[in-house]
Amino acid sequence: MVAAIRLLGSTTTRMVGDLGAMGLFLLEVARDAVTPPWRLRNVVDEVYKLGFLSLLIICISGLAVGMVLGLQGYNTLERFGATQSLGAVVGLSLVRELGPVLTALLVTGRAGSATAAEIGTMVATEQLDGLRMMSVDPIDYVVTPRAVGMVLVMPLLTALFIVCGIFGGWLVGVKLLGVDSGTYFTSLESSVDLRDDLSGSLLKAGVFGVLVGWIATYRGYTSAPTSAGVSAATTATVVVASVSVLIFDYLITALWGV
Amino acid sequence: MSRSPGRDLLVGVFVMLGMGALAYLSLAVGGLSRQGPSGFLLTADFDELGGLKTRAPVVISGVKVGQVQSIALGDDYRAHVTLDIDPRLHLPQDTSASIVTAGLLGDRYISLQLGGDPAQLKSGDTIAFTESAVLLERLLGKLVHSTDVAGDAGKQE
Repeated sequence: MVAAIRLLGSTTTRMVGDLGAMGLFLLEVARDAVTPPWRLRNVVDEVYKLGFLSLLIICISGLAVGMVLGLQGYNTLERFGATQSLGAVVGLSLVRELGPVLTALLVTGRAGSATAAEIGTMVATEQLDGLRMMSVDPIDYVVTPRAVGMVLVMPLLTALFIVCGIFGGWLVGVKLLGVDSGTYFTSLESSVDLRDDLSGSLLKAGVFGVLVGWIATYRGYTSAPTSAGVSAATTATVVVASVSVLIFDYLITALWGV
Repeated sequence: MSRSPGRDLLVGVFVMLGMGALAYLSLAVGGLSRQGPSGFLLTADFDELGGLKTRAPVVISGVKVGQVQSIALGDDYRAHVTLDIDPRLHLPQDTSASIVTAGLLGDRYISLQLGGDPAQLKSGDTIAFTESAVLLERLLGKLVHSTDVAGDAGKQE
């Protein structure tokens, strides 16, 4: 009994400590991000790795999701004779939910895990200690460009995902199932609102970018300097980032209704 | 990391693609470009909008020629709708506007029927002839009460 309570106590203490450490880590990264040196060169390299190399997976996934939305939406709407609303169904679900969330999940799997593994390996091979010896702050030089890069690429990738999805829905709805092309785009344009839907979508993408970048770099930075530690950090990044993205998605939707 | 012009180019391509997608979403899909009035505004008063919303399309013979810019309650407690129309059109003075539904449960939009008057509508004019939205449930209610078949139908309503 006492052991169980002690376990609960130690778990709680550890969790609170973890959260506090993560908060301090985020503050440090944020401070380094807004104070010179800017390390633009490193940020550009990260945008290449996190963003450009994710283009293919984002576009293919967006296309596939849009196509399946078109197919499912068409079959459902056909029962009510409302297939002219297909554009609205595809557009609204992509812009409001699927675009930001699926992009964040894909980027977590593709780039977040890689970031955590990279930083974790730097920890394990004592490269970060080497940087410290040369009095280069590893948070400023290694961590911040990756976190900033993640925040920068997430809205761009989300927008690309949505555009690919809209095109995929058009492909299936218009080219395959015979919905009128103009009807598709009119229903899309009249239902998606710039202020509510699109800005909400970008808000979500930005929040997810911060979340994924933060969790991936923190897990990598604090990983145990062993091969098992690096693999644990990578796994934890994918799990924690994915779950946080989904939870925050609900919170943002519930609080701001986007 | 070493400087590499090739990678910079790819990053530039990526950012351009992303910005292009954002621009497409906000301009074409979000309707940013159509925020401001095109200059040719018509107003029309209706007794019943039946769920017509701003930015609903305005069509002639099914072709979109503009959109609903604003909806307000007029002084006479009728719905006062401002339409933003393609300024290249020459609409006769006796054009009529009706609120119709796309499909049984679809969105409401405004359809313009052209008349034969040689005089043309100018920006700011009011469309004199309007036809309000037909409310399906009200129609059903009328049907049920008017037929007044003794018993079940009337009781259920």
